[in-house]
Amino acid sequence: MNLGERFPGRITADGRPGYSGWVCPPDALADAARFLRDAEGFDYLSSLTGVDYPAEDRLEAVYHFYRIADGRCEIVKSPAPRTDPVLPSLTNLFPGAEFQEREAWDLLGIRFSDHPDLRRILLWEGFSGHPLRKDWREPLFEEEAKPFGSRWPAGDPAKEPAAAYARPAGGLSPDGWEPDDDEALYAALERGCDVQPGSLQTECLTVNLGPQHPSTHGVFRVAALLDGETVVNLKPVMGYLHRCHEKIGERNTFNGNIPFTDRLDYLTSLSNNFGYVRAVETLMDLHPPERAEYLRVILAELTRVASHLWSIGFLLNDLGAFFTPALYAIEERELILDVFEAVTGSRMMCNFFRFGGLARDLDADMLETIRGLVADRLTGKVDQLEAYLTGNEILKERCVGVGYLPREKAIAFSAAGPLLRASGVAYDLRKADPYSVYDRFDWDVACRTGCDVYDRYRVRIDEIRQSLRIIRQALDNLPGGPVLAGKPQYQARVPAGEAFGRVEGPKGELGFYVVSNGQPNPWRYHVRAPSFINLTAMAEMCRGGKIADVVAVLGSIDIILGETDR
Amino acid sequence: MFGIGILKGLGITLRHFVESYWEDLRGGRHRYFTPEGITVRRGKDARGIFTVQYPEEKLPVPEAFRVLPFLVVSTGTDGAEQLRCTACGICARVCPPQCIWIERASDPATGKPVPRPAAFSIDIDRCMNCGYCAEYCPFDAIRMDHRYELASRNRAGHRYNLNKLRQPESYHAGLHPAAYAREQAERAQREARRTGAG
Repeated sequence: MNLGERFPGRITADGRPGYSGWVCPPDALADAARFLRDAEGFDYLSSLTGVDYPAEDRLEAVYHFYRIADGRCEIVKSPAPRTDPVLPSLTNLFPGAEFQEREAWDLLGIRFSDHPDLRRILLWEGFSGHPLRKDWREPLFEEEAKPFGSRWPAGDPAKEPAAAYARPAGGLSPDGWEPDDDEALYAALERGCDVQPGSLQTECLTVNLGPQHPSTHGVFRVAALLDGETVVNLKPVMGYLHRCHEKIGERNTFNGNIPFTDRLDYLTSLSNNFGYVRAVETLMDLHPPERAEYLRVILAELTRVASHLWSIGFLLNDLGAFFTPALYAIEERELILDVFEAVTGSRMMCNFFRFGGLARDLDADMLETIRGLVADRLTGKVDQLEAYLTGNEILKERCVGVGYLPREKAIAFSAAGPLLRASGVAYDLRKADPYSVYDRFDWDVACRTGCDVYDRYRVRIDEIRQSLRIIRQALDNLPGGPVLAGKPQYQARVPAGEAFGRVEGPKGELGFYVVSNGQPNPWRYHVRAPSFINLTAMAEMCRGGKIADVVAVLGSIDIILGETDR
Repeated sequence: MFGIGILKGLGITLRHFVESYWEDLRGGRHRYFTPEGITVRRGKDARGIFTVQYPEEKLPVPEAFRVLPFLVVSTGTDGAEQLRCTACGICARVCPPQCIWIERASDPATGKPVPRPAAFSIDIDRCMNCGYCAEYCPFDAIRMDHRYELASRNRAGHRYNLNKLRQPESYHAGLHPAAYAREQAERAQREARRTGAG
């Protein structure tokens, strides 16, 4: 039974051209979500975001529900009026909605009733206004969409609007503003546990890890409530690297957004390109040629190897092994980055995927280098890294049993990537919902059942091995032909509609929700960031453990702040 | 025995340590501060010390490497020098951070636009080195440079104008030999078609 049949007259199909899924009024949303989860088995809330349609006086929350068992999807949209948008929170059914609802509140102003802690998440607590609304203009605003008319044919940089820097966002007056010392954050921290207010003075201590901290993997802060050394409660605080990526995405042209996606998870730029390009290709109904698909897989898997090497290295660094294992791993990553530099022109900001294929072809020399690297060096080096680390007793003492996240909770918290697969859920987008040519290769999903930091490390090692397997097969079966469907176009003609392009990035399921209204620039551009959503489970994993384990757990989630904060 | 994992790991570290000295001895005088030395230390068979001693040693930059753009000045058959740029504005329109300003020249007599830039500015602080300007230029007029040593103490010089951006065709050919050969072949083909048809 589908949603329209279960709630006739209340939930209708979304009939807008290019759209799909269901439109559900706010009063039916909680029932619809419960029906989807309990009766229909849609246990995984992959993405929760919002879109602003000012012409129809509507803010729309968009939910993507998935079934772990067979990878099927249900999209539900829930509209609310722009003046006082209120929707029911789904956190009691899907705990993974917590941070995403806070983001929708922060950036769009959609209020979620019964949310346990509805505070701003990416912007600072004194900010006023909701930036992703269409009527909100940023301080450096020039025109609604690029390209700006001021650049050509009469472009003169001396005529730039200089006063833009002087105006703070939201009409804030810095002189009169008093900081509130994070009262709301600490109140939420104490509310989340059953500590008596009277005993707070003697028993519990609030400690902030970060945002300046060598082990927080970037500018990231954790507010922890400690009873001695035991973590009573924990709240991740992010937004220190928020760069308004989604607002800039609305101003960019579709093609112009590709270099900006490089900067999301800046260690895996090709995976980010892949997800975004897939979303827009779905909208354009464009299919890359075979050779381009194989090369995309090779580059994406090389990116996965590079990312996991970094992640393992820095997990060990955080545990105190300092830089020895990190540099052994990073040495191999350097060779992969040399390949990227020769192929794409840049080690990290690769900007190589285009709508319909790739920017350029790879010549025989580059393919030989990749083959030599994968066959002759990386396989042996991964074995050596495993021999070095996996049996190490110190690693085992610090990682086995730490950061326990059982299978049901992992799914409920919308965990993705190695975090999910180390909890016994063999869900990998490349097998569950195959894209590109992944279904043509013989490889296994890396899955372990320990649910702890140790098994997340082992899943990453397993994934490196599987990636090398895929690359070898792709190189052996690489077809000839063009690498771009059609001619190189800098102006993509994207028909109106919505698309959710997902890839299995190294950090997890990376999704791009793109809404087009036929214009050269997107109407809405949202990134389903696995690092951001994986952090929802962090408090669950750290409660009851020691403060030293927080660092190990954070290292095992493997976050990257460019993606977490966008 | 408890601790065997740690001992095995220490053995691997010891091997790396000894190897770093052994490989230096084996490589001899040519292992550092020579181009062959860098090639040996960076290939897939690299062993021992991996570090490139910058700035005394520098990694060779591949052809596709992209930093800031430059404008190509062609030398015609009669020796005259001419910017290839026609001020079509595609690079300014395609640039994601919008860091290119172009003022199209006009004929002083008639006031009509001519296909040349009167002014061309790039704000190198905003340039994200994406390479779109070079990728989408229909006249092979703007190409990506390889110079990455751009640190300076003064932001004032970070708007490059036409004089700072122009480079001769030989510079472009030196940085991008394969791409230049392709461009020349395409130009020759176009010329042959033109003169053959005309």
